[in-house]
Amino acid sequence: MGDIVSSTVFEPWTDPQAEPLIRFRNVTKRFGSFTAIDDLTLDIYEKEFFALLGPSGCGKTTMMRMLAGFENPTEGSIELAGRDIANVPPNKRAVNMMFQSYALFPHLNIWDNIAFGLRRDKMPKVDLEARVEEMLKLTRLEKFAKRKPHQISGGQRQRVALARSLAKAPKLLLLDEPLGALDKKLRQDTQFELMDIQEKTGTTFVIVTHDQEEAMTVASRVAVMDEGHLMQVATPDRIYENPESVYVADFIGDVNIIQGRASAVGGETYSIDWAEGQGQLTATSATSFDNGQTCHLAIRPEKVTITADRPEVADNVVQGRVHDIAYLGNLSTYHVELPNGTIIKAQTANTRRISRRSFTWEDPVWLSWTATAGVLLAN
Amino acid sequence: MTRLSWFNVVSLTLGFAFLYIPMLILIIFSFNESKLVTVWAGFSTKWYGELMQNEAFLNAAWVTVKVAVMSSTLATVLGTMAAYVMVRGGRFMGRTLFSGMIYAPLVMPEVITGLSLLLLFIGIGLDRGVLTIVLAHTTFSMCYVSVVVSSRLVTFDRSLEEAALDLGCSPAEAFRLVTLPIIAPAVISGWLLAFTLSLDDLVIASFTSGPSATTLPIKIFSAVRLGVSPEINALSTIMIAIVTVGVITASLVSKRAMVRQKQEEQAAARTT
Repeated sequence: MGDIVSSTVFEPWTDPQAEPLIRFRNVTKRFGSFTAIDDLTLDIYEKEFFALLGPSGCGKTTMMRMLAGFENPTEGSIELAGRDIANVPPNKRAVNMMFQSYALFPHLNIWDNIAFGLRRDKMPKVDLEARVEEMLKLTRLEKFAKRKPHQISGGQRQRVALARSLAKAPKLLLLDEPLGALDKKLRQDTQFELMDIQEKTGTTFVIVTHDQEEAMTVASRVAVMDEGHLMQVATPDRIYENPESVYVADFIGDVNIIQGRASAVGGETYSIDWAEGQGQLTATSATSFDNGQTCHLAIRPEKVTITADRPEVADNVVQGRVHDIAYLGNLSTYHVELPNGTIIKAQTANTRRISRRSFTWEDPVWLSWTATAGVLLAN
Repeated sequence: MTRLSWFNVVSLTLGFAFLYIPMLILIIFSFNESKLVTVWAGFSTKWYGELMQNEAFLNAAWVTVKVAVMSSTLATVLGTMAAYVMVRGGRFMGRTLFSGMIYAPLVMPEVITGLSLLLLFIGIGLDRGVLTIVLAHTTFSMCYVSVVVSSRLVTFDRSLEEAALDLGCSPAEAFRLVTLPIIAPAVISGWLLAFTLSLDDLVIASFTSGPSATTLPIKIFSAVRLGVSPEINALSTIMIAIVTVGVITASLVSKRAMVRQKQEEQAAARTT
């Protein structure tokens, strides 16, 4: 990647010359008759913070365990830095893992936990001590070096687990739901800490999570998985703004899905016939649709504007009644029921105090959005 | 503390009296001055002194301790290995059968175990002596060790072993450096249990011992047939003391480990 000088943006996946660090080639993993991973091909590049995201049972943990060496693919191959690692046992891989349960050794103190992997490598004493101190400093654990794992807090244990897995300076660090056991506030702080450490050490991180917010926050790219398949692999903003399927749109964040039939009106503009007695909707799409083809318009609630009066110019406009209001403090989500029973969610920032809010339950309102606000999806 | 009702006090007293009066009498009479076992003639420790002069008893005691140490060590190694395979081995062919068969000696009549071992030793032409008693005791105490160790392994977080492998351990190193230190309390209490069982055993030892090696229980049993002497009382008192210490230590070790584990878990739950 040495010849990239054109941009400071980190996007090795757009460079056809870049050599991926990890290469899954047509990997299939079966447990008995159950297929956990189905013919999956994926490249992960050096220095990436890559997130595997999906509901439980989607195969993300199996992917990680195959990288760590605890499982072997049934078919296909996995390469690490150009070498097939299928038959390399876990203790011989330049890959370390941070476990969901942290798996700290309860009989060793923090210092010895971090030194554990270095000792297996027969590292000279002086270097070993320096490395452990460096790790303690990186994770701000100097004060706790002599404590046992059960004598420190959950957040500190999480940092010990991170320090221990980073100590051997692996080519690849795997993080299995690393923040799952922390409470929300601590989790958010730790996310930024993780990103900071990833940048400082320049290690490639692969994180497994079911928390989409976490994946969006930390990752350079996100892979959304379902039932052993990759649904989409892209940067967080592309995953959010340009989902390729209803599944991805629905999995990431909140979304309104309107099903209808597309008909081309010229250019990349389509009009959508979607319900009896409702006007047609207009949307643009780079992918083409046949006339009469079933389509799904996915539109995020924050891109839907809610007004008391009919807006004068709008590509799409529908009328309804406020059915429900979800008040989140900074935001409110209005669930608006259309005359045909469809519920469409619209989200607005609460810039005014709640007593001065313009709409309340049962108020008639107008919803509007532009032609480019939503994404038109085939399935 | 709740106060016990009179009914509970009576039941408790009766129960304990039933259990411990025979032993208490034995212990008291071991300090008897008189040679007659049933007549109290004042306090004395002379029978303990005489015991120390009795070559035959001392030899038997030495054999018993040797057998107990060797057989319990062997049983601990084998029992721990068996427990590890049963808990960690996954689902291999005949796993249920194997785990059932490991525990079968727990309920097998000792006479039958003893007899079958005797037939085996005769069959393969092994002279009966210390070695045969050690083998026999290992056979029957191994299952106790594997019960104790496997109950600990079941609650053992598997990812600890995976973390050890991940950090560069070979499977054997992972066992030595991570698994063994963590399950050590269970292994130690298994050893103590096996040790105590071996000290106590009369039936199996009498099948498998030979003229060259006699254990203390056998010696006592045969001596009593010629009449109870205060010396026997003294010897029995010492054995009761050793066994009591063994059993209490075993239960303390496993109880303390359990309490500590619980505290650690609670500490973990509090702070996360």
